[in-house]
Order: sequence, then C-alpha cells, then structure tokens
Amino acid sequence: MPSSMITCKDFLRELSDYLDDATDPALRAELERHISECPNCWVICDTTRKTIQVYKGMDLHPLPEKVHEKLMAALAERAARKAEKNGPPAGEPQR
Amino acid sequence: MPEKPLQAPRTPVSAGEGDLVERARAGDMEAFAELVRRYERRIYRMARQITQNDEDAEDVLQESFLKAFEHLDSFQGQSKFYTWVTRIAVNESLMKLRKRKSDRTVSLDENIETDEEPIVREIAVWDDTPESKYSQEELREILERAIDSLKPIFRTVFILRDVEEMSTEETAEVLGLSVAAVKSRLLRARLQLRERLTRVFKRKGDGIFGYAK
Repeated sequence: MPSSMITCKDFLRELSDYLDDATDPALRAELERHISECPNCWVICDTTRKTIQVYKGMDLHPLPEKVHEKLMAALAERAARKAEKNGPPAGEPQR
Repeated sequence: MPEKPLQAPRTPVSAGEGDLVERARAGDMEAFAELVRRYERRIYRMARQITQNDEDAEDVLQESFLKAFEHLDSFQGQSKFYTWVTRIAVNESLMKLRKRKSDRTVSLDENIETDEEPIVREIAVWDDTPESKYSQEELREILERAIDSLKPIFRTVFILRDVEEMSTEETAEVLGLSVAAVKSRLLRARLQLRERLTRVFKRKGDGIFGYAK
C-alpha cells in the first residue's frame, strides 16, 4: 500500500503538469514518491511520456508540393490585384 | 541585418520575423512569401488534423494566408505572426468542420469538465523502442489515426501543445480558452492517445498489470 498521501486519482489529475515540469517542487516530490510505490501509475506516467515524445518531431501530414504551389499562385494573384487597386505597381508582380 | 540580441525566443524559427512582417506590410511580397514558407507546413498539418480532410486543409491553408495578407495592417505585432495566423487557421478549420458535419462536439467552448473522468484502461509497458518496429510511413499512419479518433476539442489542443509545441498560454490565446481549460483538455487528450497507442505498442507476452480503480 503506497505510503504517500497522493492517491492514483490525484496522480492522474496532476500527470500533465508533472510531465510538463509545471508542478511546484513539494507536489513534484509527492508525485514522485507515489510513482515509486505504485506500479500502475508508473506505467501510465511512462507511457504517457512516450506518447508525447513519439509525436514530437513526426512530420504528420506533410505538405504536398502541389498544394504549396497553388498557395503561392493564389497569393501572387491576390498581390497583383491589390497592386492594381492601389495604383502604379511598385514592381512587376510575379504570376 | 542589424545585430540585435534575441530575447530568448520560444522558437528559434521566429528570429527575424518582425522584420519580415514590417517589410511585408510595406508591400514587399518576397518578405510575405518567406513568412508563408516558414509556417505553411505547420499550418497545413494543423488544418489537416483538425479537419481530417485533404481538400479542407488545402482550403484552410490558402484562406488563412490570404486573410493574413489582406489584413496585415490590422496585425498589431503584440503576438507573434505565427500565433496570429494559427488563430485564423484554427477558426477556418473549425468552420469547415461545422459545415461538413452538424457535429455538436465541434465547439471548443463546450463544457467538458463534467463530461467524463479521464479514462485509463490499458495498463501495459511498451516495447523499448516501438518506433523501430515500424517504417516511418506505418508509424505516421498509426499516430495520425490515433489523433483522428479524438474529439475536435481534444484533438485541437493536443496538436497545438504537443505537435506544434506551443506553450499553454499561446494555445489558450489561439483558442480563446482559459489556461485551465487548455490544461484539462490536454490531459484528457494525452490520456486518450496513450490508451490507443498502448494497444499498438504494448510489449507482447507481458501480463497486463491489474489496475485497481
């Protein structure tokens, strides 16, 4: 039976802040004590940390080249229209 | 470029951003194009994840940057350009979602605090390096599918905080939510993803720990 005052429910509630290093030191110490004594919470904590890590640096949904080109074309067109409206163009807008 | 000490930028990528915005405002199209090139991948990725639809993501990307271009004069420069465009893109994405589904879960303001307790069912350690078991392509698919299964309110917060690595405060600013609301949604999102990924990544052959609720 864990000897700390923190329950599993308390631990879950604080988990995000704990992983983000956003808890005050006293609470952090309590939470650390809890996971050192509670295997379930240790696993939850470890796998949640890995969940966050696995998403970092993953290039999800890479931008297709075609979409980039269409965006640039749309911007050039809008810029040209804006320049027309605003009188003599400052430079030849590229299409 | 003038030697100006960078004031602890949160993301190094924003170095020189203010300069680009100034030039773009003065009509320098190349400066605006540079801003687009810097952020288009992140904006597209976010829009794609919120809308779950390629075409919608493409529209959102275009509309967001066109709007930013049109309203550059009203950009105050108090927040970062990236935060500002992200805010536009999030709103555009949610509008797309609402149009496509008459889905009441689309609202970000919905009071979810009473909705449900965070769920923890799967308690099992993962393989040491689950990433090495899958190709990049397979892994990407697993992660995207897991995010897609979240409700929009959770999905959006997770994407901004943990995929785009915005701070809690920036995320709150972009979504017009309180810091507390961002935190509570983030916790639920993380736990739901953990749950789904555990089903895929758990070490085979291990007995699953019993979890006393």
